[in-house]
Amino acid sequence: MNEIKPQRWNRFTFGERMLRFGVFLGFALALSVSLRTVEVIPEFLYDAPTQVVDLLTRMYPLDLAYYPKGIHAAMMETLHIASLGTLLAIVMAIPVGIMAANNIVHLPIFNWFAKLILVSSRSVNSLVWALLFVAVFGPGALAGTVCIGFRSVGFVGKLFAEALEEADPGPIEALTAAGASWPSIFLKGFWPQVAPAFWGIFLFRWDINVRESAVIGLVGAGGIGMVLDTALNLFFWDRVSVILLSIFVVVILAELLVTSIRKRII
Amino acid sequence: MSEQTLSDRVAFKPDWPARIGWLLALLYALYAADYLDVSWSRFVAGLSNGADFLGEMVPVDFSRWRLLVGNLVETVEIAIIASAFGIFFSLPVGLLAARNLMPPWVTWPFRTFIALCRSFHPVIFAILFVKAVGFGPLAGILTLIFASIGFIGKLFAEAIEEISLKPLEALRAAGAPFSSVIIYAVLPQVLNRFIGFSSYQLDANLRNSTMVGIVGAGGIGGTLFAAFQRFDYDFLAAILISIIALVMVSEFLSVQVKKVFQ
Amino acid sequence: MSSHSAASLGASPQRSLRIENLRKEYVRGKPILKDISFEVKGHSSVAIIGPSGTGKSTLIRCVNKLIPPTSGTVFVSGENITELQGKKLRKARRKIGMVFQEFNLVERLSVMENVLCGRLGYVSPVRAWFRKYPQEDIDRAFELLESIGLLEFYRQRADSLSGGQRQRVGIARAVMQEPHVLLADEPTSSLDPKTSVEIMDLLVSLSEVHGIPLIINIHNVELAKRFTSRVIGLSGGIIVYDGHPDQLSDSDLLEIYGGEAWLK
Repeated sequence: MNEIKPQRWNRFTFGERMLRFGVFLGFALALSVSLRTVEVIPEFLYDAPTQVVDLLTRMYPLDLAYYPKGIHAAMMETLHIASLGTLLAIVMAIPVGIMAANNIVHLPIFNWFAKLILVSSRSVNSLVWALLFVAVFGPGALAGTVCIGFRSVGFVGKLFAEALEEADPGPIEALTAAGASWPSIFLKGFWPQVAPAFWGIFLFRWDINVRESAVIGLVGAGGIGMVLDTALNLFFWDRVSVILLSIFVVVILAELLVTSIRKRII
Repeated sequence: MSEQTLSDRVAFKPDWPARIGWLLALLYALYAADYLDVSWSRFVAGLSNGADFLGEMVPVDFSRWRLLVGNLVETVEIAIIASAFGIFFSLPVGLLAARNLMPPWVTWPFRTFIALCRSFHPVIFAILFVKAVGFGPLAGILTLIFASIGFIGKLFAEAIEEISLKPLEALRAAGAPFSSVIIYAVLPQVLNRFIGFSSYQLDANLRNSTMVGIVGAGGIGGTLFAAFQRFDYDFLAAILISIIALVMVSEFLSVQVKKVFQ
Repeated sequence: MSSHSAASLGASPQRSLRIENLRKEYVRGKPILKDISFEVKGHSSVAIIGPSGTGKSTLIRCVNKLIPPTSGTVFVSGENITELQGKKLRKARRKIGMVFQEFNLVERLSVMENVLCGRLGYVSPVRAWFRKYPQEDIDRAFELLESIGLLEFYRQRADSLSGGQRQRVGIARAVMQEPHVLLADEPTSSLDPKTSVEIMDLLVSLSEVHGIPLIINIHNVELAKRFTSRVIGLSGGIIVYDGHPDQLSDSDLLEIYGGEAWLK
């Protein structure tokens, strides 16, 4: 028998350990540089707790009576912006996601272009999108809906493209061999495989969009954010607290709804 | 064989849930569009505005790049500092919120705290912190610390709740102190996922830190908002492009880090 | 268009597959298939045997141009397939039915929908999406399902069936195309011995009843001997044996597969 040299078993090779260490080191370096150069005024930091307490006392007691006339309609508007915006995003995300999937569209230039659209949509924050669309469409729910739609395309489209790329190629090969046209292959080969994931993605994004829709009004894109903005500017802290409470309740309810639907589907 | 001839059979059962779903979605979309006064004509009218808008953004103006880069650096710093502290605090907060480790009187307040941190968009925290600590990056850092705790804390607590309790029982039976149980039984099972959540949150913090400046909490957001209000659309375009580039780099790095820690 | 009658000899033109000088190289200078030529007509079935990696899968996919050949020609009932592209290629592929080792059904769709997928080359995408297939297609699908013993499963999801049942659905799908050629790529390799025999039986009897030439990639030589009347042995990219399976000698098998141990 050959002589087997005793070897040490390590979970990670030396190179891998160095890389992991390198990541930690890199982060630590970045952190120390940042701490030294960021402009934080220490006095404000020490003053913070008193300021926070002051703020909280002004917020209490909550002006609950404000809810019916001031908040409810705006909250409904927020929910509709979130829902319609998500639907709009889906409509846009399906073609872009298909174009980005490299097992459906075989031209790399299209894949790249579609992926660029998706990345840009995700990289620009919803508030920035809101600003842009308020400038284009004027303040109100139209800007908000389009904003949510454009903002969500990246998220939905990316996950959709990933689901498509992970689809089982076997049935696709079979349908191609049978002479099916490209749309038929998509509808009968790809879509049945990705449809359940798709609805999960929709629900997931709707939940996030409820949160986002609540704040885009701060820059004028409709919904409860506009009410919040007014209350903040006028320093009506007791109203601010009611608004925040309403947002909190709605977000929690939306999340419960999504979780229960997901449990029933999956 | 049944009496029914073959051609009496219906080839497909109509998928009623799906059909009703599509129909409801369509009806809702029409209803909501009407409620919100979102109409095609308004959209098209806005498009010509949009075209003007785009026209003013080109040619892109990078002349004030010093200001741009300075604020981008501040943005990155806010993200890094907030992530560091946020990750640091999420570890104990997540542990204390795990229902299989702690009694309800401990988990309840921490779970509520995490829920509060998560339910509000960071910009709300930013506004409150600006009121509390004034304008500048400190507000942004505090905002993102809380946002991080909300995200990482929740996922970390869920990950802990999914672990196998056997190693814990074994260590407790051997008489190990609580801290050892955590380090040797809990953490090995969840540490990789914790690092995954943390690297995701670092990326998310970077995206969010580009925005908190809009309400005065430091970073490129302030520059962006100012350019917007002054109608400096060509500079605005430069800022947007830089933000997209920054986020793309961050996303790329985040993927690489995940690969290292797989 | 009667393809059900057994009297397909003489009455309608004979279906055939002819391969001439087929060559395929993935890397220049290293051909997987060097010079393949053979012809199959009417209700005959041919088993192609040879070790894994010799190009059996490549050969069968060159027939319907799923893998385009480097050179050579494939004729299906006289039509040159290899020179076709795009829409014409799709139309020609309708004439070539294919059965796969992993069945390749759309798991979440019902058995009936999977069988009707064989008609996708004949109906528009819109009709396919709304499931408005022509009634005669639906009737024929029911008849087919009954003949293969799966009628009661027609509404069940494909992934609720056993392996053998799924392969039968795959075969039904291929037959629904009204093909001129049936290709089977290792149709029994994922099945247990008893089911493998059933599937081979089904394939060969369909070929005989409908007069469709059948080409089967198979690595189980016993099954090949039992069910087919012609065996083609592939080795090193060329045909080293083409004849009746009973005349396959041990030295022939050695040449095809190499290595003495497995023969005993």
